Amino acid sequence: MNIPDNLYYSKDHEWLLIEADNGTVGITAHAAEQLGDITFVELPEIGAKIGQGDELAVVESIKAASDIFAPAGGTVKEINTELDNAPEKINSDPYGEGWICKISAVDEAELNELMTAEQYAAFLEEKD
Amino acid sequence: MKLIYEKSVPGRRGVQLPDCSVPPHKARIPSSLRREKSAVLPEVSELDVVRHYTNLSRKNFSIDTNFYPLGSCTMKYNPKVCESVAKNEGFSRLHPLLPQLRNGGILTQGALKVLYNSERFFAEITGMAEMTLQPMAGAHGELTGVMLIAAYHKSKGNNKKRILIPDSAHGTNPASATIAGYSVTTIPSNKDGVMDFEAFKKELTDDVAGVMLTAPNTLGLFNSHVTEICKLVHEIDGLVYYDGANLNALVGRVRPGDLGFDVVHLNLHKTFATPHGGGGPGAGAVGVIDKLRKFLPVSRIEKRDDGTYALNYNAEDSIGYISAFYGNFGIILRAYAYLLMIGADGLREVSDHAVLSANYIRVKLKEFYDLPYDRICMHECVFSASRQMKNGIHALDIAKGLIDLGFHPPTIYFPLIVKEAMMIEPTETESKAELDAFIEAMKKIAQEASDNPEELHNAPISTPVGRLDEVAAVREMNLSAN
Repeated sequence: MNIPDNLYYSKDHEWLLIEADNGTVGITAHAAEQLGDITFVELPEIGAKIGQGDELAVVESIKAASDIFAPAGGTVKEINTELDNAPEKINSDPYGEGWICKISAVDEAELNELMTAEQYAAFLEEKD
Repeated sequence: MKLIYEKSVPGRRGVQLPDCSVPPHKARIPSSLRREKSAVLPEVSELDVVRHYTNLSRKNFSIDTNFYPLGSCTMKYNPKVCESVAKNEGFSRLHPLLPQLRNGGILTQGALKVLYNSERFFAEITGMAEMTLQPMAGAHGELTGVMLIAAYHKSKGNNKKRILIPDSAHGTNPASATIAGYSVTTIPSNKDGVMDFEAFKKELTDDVAGVMLTAPNTLGLFNSHVTEICKLVHEIDGLVYYDGANLNALVGRVRPGDLGFDVVHLNLHKTFATPHGGGGPGAGAVGVIDKLRKFLPVSRIEKRDDGTYALNYNAEDSIGYISAFYGNFGIILRAYAYLLMIGADGLREVSDHAVLSANYIRVKLKEFYDLPYDRICMHECVFSASRQMKNGIHALDIAKGLIDLGFHPPTIYFPLIVKEAMMIEPTETESKAELDAFIEAMKKIAQEASDNPEELHNAPISTPVGRLDEVAAVREMNLSAN
């Protein structure tokens, strides 16, 4: 399973890339595989203020619709509108072109709630 | 098979309409609302149409042709005698406004009596004080139930904000609670597959308006803490809602009212053998305990001292109208006929056989498929295709393989808390021989999944069209005729 080392992970299978105090959010390869072919993504609104664990987006596949929760709080400053026409990018490149949104002013303390790649790999194994 | 549009021949007609005797009113219709081109309709003869739809119907898969083990959605056989009762012209040709007209009530006594008696039957079956039969479907009943909970708290001046719902619930539960203005807190399931009691107690604070429980839950499992849950919710003046989607497991044996539930909804189109699933319509009767009686929607059906029946619209505290007239009368009538036909003993046998059938399948198949919650189940059991996934076979492939063997697929990928879920509800209406045939088919597919997984990826091959591209159907939806 593809779990890049440079990201933080939540128990709800979101990933977070931190650059200074800005974060990029997506869902993990494991989550994308579980959901199956993704058909629709409901993106958050730019400027929305969200707290850690709040509903951030909705991802629909042919199996189910799932809420995506914010792995960390902040303000939504950019959304991946490419997903409107090509939601399958989440399946083909979950950590790259399949990113969902970028949030600013992430509180460093909240990162303690998240897992490292190693911890997330162990979490997945335990779940199985 | 060709589409009816592909059978179209220019100029061919089924009926010859006379010339229009009304002059065209083009001038009065704004040009923006007028059609520029003629509508594209198939041009076919009456015989073309008859043959087309007769042939289509022969390709149909239905409970009248094959076993239909859909989990979580009781797809049992509906006795034909109930259909013939509903066709009785004394009922089917009644105008719904008639009882509201002057002296109209006396002409509709039979229909009003059916509604009145049905309410008494369902109240007795659920252990509730009073029922309304008006909701037009299960989810409509849910919303009505949560509105009744909200009306109760409003009348008492309670400041309640949240509804607690386990993570195995049908999606309509949180949807109903949200539409009624509450925020929803999801409670996780424990390792036994039922709502985690400790997590529930932690969330049960004074701002909780109520709890919505499905019993047995969507895993087909009964929560043994249920009476204690009801007691704790009542201590904070909350109400407990019983989602009746799975009453088929308990009917005649357990009454939600005796367990402590305050509001109950029933899917007459599941437990009480009326049609549903694309055909419908449904009926989501709602029952309440005595202290919620005054909030029920209008109208109420009353029996007067002289033995006649009448509609009463005077109810000060009622939540008001939730539907036109009195619910899906034809469906209520079928359920009433069903109850009269099988009686109390028959109802008990319904749940006994529904539970026995599910456990029979559970035990016979657990050697071949993973069973995440291996304990005695109620009316349905949930397997996982995770073992088959090692060979690249998903629940979807197993479902499609069943079609080739003459069975409707079970519900797959629900409940969401089970990976690669396959949820099987045999119901009480299938014989042991039919269950055995289904079990053999499932075993055969398990064998094929390990020996020859590629073949299963191509299933179904015996249907008019093969594996449909579900992703393209969602991403590139095209509903136009040409």
